[in-house]
This record gives sequence, C-alpha cells and structure tokens, in this order.
Amino acid sequence: MPALEVEGLARHYGEREALTGVSLSLQEGQTLVVFGPNGAGKTTLLRVLATLLRPHAGSVRVLGSRLPEEAWAVRGRLGLLGHEPLLYRELTARENLRFHARLHGVPDRRVHELLELLAMDGRSREPLRTLSRGMVQRVAVARAVLHDPELLLLDEPHANLDPAAVQLVAPLIGASSGRTRVICSHDPSGGLAEADVVLGLRGGRPVLLRRAADVDAAEIAELYR
Amino acid sequence: MRRTVGALLRKELLVELRTLESVPGMSLFAVTTFVVFHFALNRNVVEGDLAAGILWVTLLFAAILGVNRLFVADAEEGGFDGFLLAPVDRSAMLLAKGLTLLLFLLVLELVAVPAFALLLLGPSLGQALPGLLGVLALGDLGVAAIGTLVAALAVRTRARDLLGPLLALPLLVPIVIGGARASSPVLAGAHHAGPSARWMLTLGLYDLVFGLIAYALFDFLLED
Repeated sequence: MPALEVEGLARHYGEREALTGVSLSLQEGQTLVVFGPNGAGKTTLLRVLATLLRPHAGSVRVLGSRLPEEAWAVRGRLGLLGHEPLLYRELTARENLRFHARLHGVPDRRVHELLELLAMDGRSREPLRTLSRGMVQRVAVARAVLHDPELLLLDEPHANLDPAAVQLVAPLIGASSGRTRVICSHDPSGGLAEADVVLGLRGGRPVLLRRAADVDAAEIAELYR
Repeated sequence: MRRTVGALLRKELLVELRTLESVPGMSLFAVTTFVVFHFALNRNVVEGDLAAGILWVTLLFAAILGVNRLFVADAEEGGFDGFLLAPVDRSAMLLAKGLTLLLFLLVLELVAVPAFALLLLGPSLGQALPGLLGVLALGDLGVAAIGTLVAALAVRTRARDLLGPLLALPLLVPIVIGGARASSPVLAGAHHAGPSARWMLTLGLYDLVFGLIAYALFDFLLED
C-alpha cells in the first residue's frame, strides 16, 4: 500500500489558491523531495499531509487513512519538522521533549537517548531562548522523531544546522532512518541526492513530477527562474 | 486523558513561573484598582451591594488580563500544532487551560481579597470569608469555562487583544451580577448572613451551561 496517495488536491486561503491539482503517490520507505520558489505551496502541502490543514478539494490518503475524516488515525504516526520548532522558548530542551513524550506516550528514556545522540545533553537544562538556532533545530529534530514516526514531513530540515549537526541528525531524519519522507528543499543537488521522487511546484501547481533518476539539477534550477 | 492534562498543566505552570506574564499583572491590576476606588469614592469603608460590586467588577477585569494571555505562548511558539499532532483527546487542552485559569484566579484572589479588605471592606474579612469563598469558587468556575472558550476563539485572529475582551465581557457580565448579588449579604456585615441561595444557584447553572458549551465547541475551535 502506498504511504501517500494524493489526487487532485487543492487548498486555498480565502481567495488565494495555495495548491491546485496536486496528485502524487509515494511508496513506503521512499523519499519525495518538493522543490519550488517561495510561496509555491510547499509548506501548505506539508501541513495538509500533517493533518493541520484540511484539503479543500481532491482526495488525500496518508498511511492508508483518508484525510480529513481519519486524521485521528494518522496523528502519532507522522513527524513534522517545519519552519517553527513547535517548542516553548521558556522551557528547557529536556522539559520540551518530556512534554511531547507525555503527549505521545513515550517513556522518558527516549528523551535522554535523543539528547545524547544529538549532543545536546550538556545544554538540555537551559531555556530554549538561550540556545542558538542550530541547537533549537536539533531539539526540533528530536521532537519530530521522539515517537518513532513512520512518515517524516520535513521543511528544509537542515536549516541553521552546521555540517557536524547535519551528520548528527542523519540517522534520525536521513535516508538511513528507513522512514518514508517528504522533504521541502531549495537545494537542487542535495535534494536530488536524497530523492526517489521529485515534485516541482510553482504558484501552487505541479509543474514537475518524476522519478529522481530522470531529473537533473538544471530542471530544478529552472523552477526558480 | 489524565496523563495529557497533567503534561499540559505542568507545562502551563512552568511557562507562567518562568515568564510571570499573567498572575503578577492580574494581581497588581486588582490592588491598583482597589486603591483607585479607595480614593475616588473618598470612603475608607464600603459594605453590602457597593462592596460586592467593587470586588466583582475588579476581579472581572483582572481575570480578562489572564484570559487574554491564556493561549499566547501556544499560538506564538507553535504549541498548538505540537499538540494537534499528538494522538490525544483534544478536550484535554480545554481541561488543562481551564484548570490553569482557575489556578491563576485562585492566586489572584489570595492577593486581591485581603487587599480589598484592607483598603475598602467595612465588615471584618474573617466574618465574611466563609460565605464569600463559595461564591468566589462558583464565579471562578464560570470565568474559567468562558475564558478558556473565548481565548481559544480569539487567539487565532489577528485582533486577539481586542476580540478576547470584546467577546468575553458580555458573557462574563452575568457572573459579575450573580457573584455580586450572591455575596452582597455576606459583605453587608450582618451576623450569620450567608450568600443568597437563589443567586448561588443561578451562578451554578450558568457555570454548568457554559462548561457544556465549551466542551461541545472546543474541538471545532482547534480545527483548521
């Protein structure tokens, strides 16, 4: 069964169409990389797949469940890493992760494991507002994978991370994690290297949908012209 | 459900302890208002209807400050989305936020009621307190239910600072009227006078109705 099946998806904000006629299919364990200039609808697509926005037309199935009717069955099986870390600035990294661990019914030892894995245990008792953006992003990665989700929805996941941190998060959100992934990216070569399937969006409409092996970086760069 | 409410409540209290954005402001507002009444009325003591009116109107406006801040951290820091992505009953947030507001009101009253007694109240607080506690508890339950509902509605709008009080005030006025009428005999200084049973019942029914409305509507307010 495909992990994602989208047919004719549309979503608008008031009069403005954010997504129109998006159709795609993604098998379990595969990675879909979404390219497109700012405002192309990448984040809206992620939020629809994450059950945070309702589709206004078309059909969407995530992990076999139809959205929005069966959204309850999908929550807890997906991890979202967006532009916002979804963490409280006044709480420490450890408190934030423990909070999310309780919401997902995950034992505290998983919090310790992730903090150690991401080399955050030394700063884990400091309020998030005192940490650098890169450190906050590392904690956000830990939050997104805390409950071991089957599907990862990643919006520019390496934003603010230095090369060492990119290596640290790779086992959790990289190809080696074995999870089905949807990644929004602005990096043609890096994105293509991760992708099994490529979706190009412009003005909310799909202009490219192909196997990654059949796409070259120049076609991606063209999307931004 | 209990685990989720516990996690949410703990988070709310930690955030308030770190930021001190709600309770100190609410308490300071209440004490300042009593000082203003003290000098504006040019009276050292008030009792009965006037005392009850001053107390409840002041508590109402102080509570509005807390209501306005109730969901701000969640809206500004993505806490809503984090919660919505979890496989939990969404009513847990209503319960946790309601309990948070209830605790804020309790602390507010621990400061405001003695300050009111010191600055304005004629009859002794010790004499009035047993009767007053029940009325305050019923009033707080209503404020918590309505405040949580209105705050959840307003926080997703751009004009939340304006919309929150505009929506909350008309819904909270019956609580002020009920609270003031119920506590008026207690604050009149008559010996062995208890709160008005009729107004206590009215307050209780109002709390129940809005508790049910909040429970029925809250999930929809969190939806896209």
